[in-house]
Amino acid sequence: MESKKIIKSIWEKAQKINRSLRFMELCGTHSESIAKHGIKNILPKNIKLITGPGCPVCVTDQSEIDIVTGLALAGIPIACYGDATNIPGSLGSLENARQNGAQVFIVYDVAEAIEISKKISNLVFWGIGFETTTSMTAWGIKNNLTVFSSHKLFPPAMEALMANKKIRVDGFINPGHVSAIIGTKVYEKFQIPQVIAGFGAEDVLLAIEMLLDQIISGEKKVENEYARLVKKEGNIKARKLISEVFEIRNASWRGLGEIKNSGLKIRKKYQHLDAEFIHRDLIAKIKKEIKPRKSICRCGEVLQGLIESKQCKLFGKSCTPDNPQGACMVSREGSCNIEYRFMSFP
Amino acid sequence: MCLAIPAKIIKINGQLAIVDFQGAKKEINISIVDVKVGDYVMVHAGFAIEKMEKDNVKEINAYLKNGI
Repeated sequence: MESKKIIKSIWEKAQKINRSLRFMELCGTHSESIAKHGIKNILPKNIKLITGPGCPVCVTDQSEIDIVTGLALAGIPIACYGDATNIPGSLGSLENARQNGAQVFIVYDVAEAIEISKKISNLVFWGIGFETTTSMTAWGIKNNLTVFSSHKLFPPAMEALMANKKIRVDGFINPGHVSAIIGTKVYEKFQIPQVIAGFGAEDVLLAIEMLLDQIISGEKKVENEYARLVKKEGNIKARKLISEVFEIRNASWRGLGEIKNSGLKIRKKYQHLDAEFIHRDLIAKIKKEIKPRKSICRCGEVLQGLIESKQCKLFGKSCTPDNPQGACMVSREGSCNIEYRFMSFP
Repeated sequence: MCLAIPAKIIKINGQLAIVDFQGAKKEINISIVDVKVGDYVMVHAGFAIEKMEKDNVKEINAYLKNGI
């Protein structure tokens, strides 16, 4: 019943604004919730929801996929979260490597990776994700887990999106669980309406209504719809753990390119657990051998909200969740994967 | 990747805790949160990422019932 009230209110407010609005949801789990609950279909025509770069697997750069797959093919056992095994790279995917005899373990959490590392020597955990999973990887490193870090920071990506003049966004739906770690204050520097939201249908609808309220009143601030979890200061303990283990560096994002100070490198103190350092000679060799993979996959543009999945020639034809050609079709949080599973078909 | 499930802490053992996800019990890591037995936490990839506010327990229970 509450949803009905919010939807009615969204329609009234959207009519008042009377111009087209583009809101970007920054977290893949929001994209999934929006598709699952059919939210796009019930919104007024002048509100368009676009998917941003919030799927960690999707934004992982090609070179990192190639290095980890190269390590696996060279006999280094790899453990990672499930989504990461199917991203195609120029050396194939980790799953292809596994089929060719490489040791690749899918884990649910860092603790499972630690257990495997006790039985299998040289195991490398591939750390992917934003601040939420980074704190867990940091804990793993402190508990003797060797890691290859593809971890990224979220706010610099928002900054890069806002600096790109080709992308027009009127408001952001900010990630819920990343914000549980980083808090709400960090977003205050962005001069755009933003609402941190939970992941239920009502959460997303309420976030849209709150964005409309800000637009009507001409405000550009960050509001917290997910107050039942997200605190203003975030999770200080988790952030302390991250900064103890990691230091900031530049990182390459699929679609967005290199973003200054957006990646995390393992600190020198933990060098003995940093796969990038331990296997530096092998990595240098892999990098030399990598030939860029030619593909007309447009994942990079999808991630920035520049095109919709349907506009890619591969979508639904040669690229499906069973046979993904690009990262956005691999992860269940990737916009192409979601579009394929929930939306009407071309 | 951000899918997380709320759960209630029923037993604490150092950095680990047993939580109840609507009847299903699992051991999770609580090293990045300050919690006590009876608290609700959001669990993501085996870790409690944050304590949920007690004032919202009603809301949390509805959330648990309806799923995410």
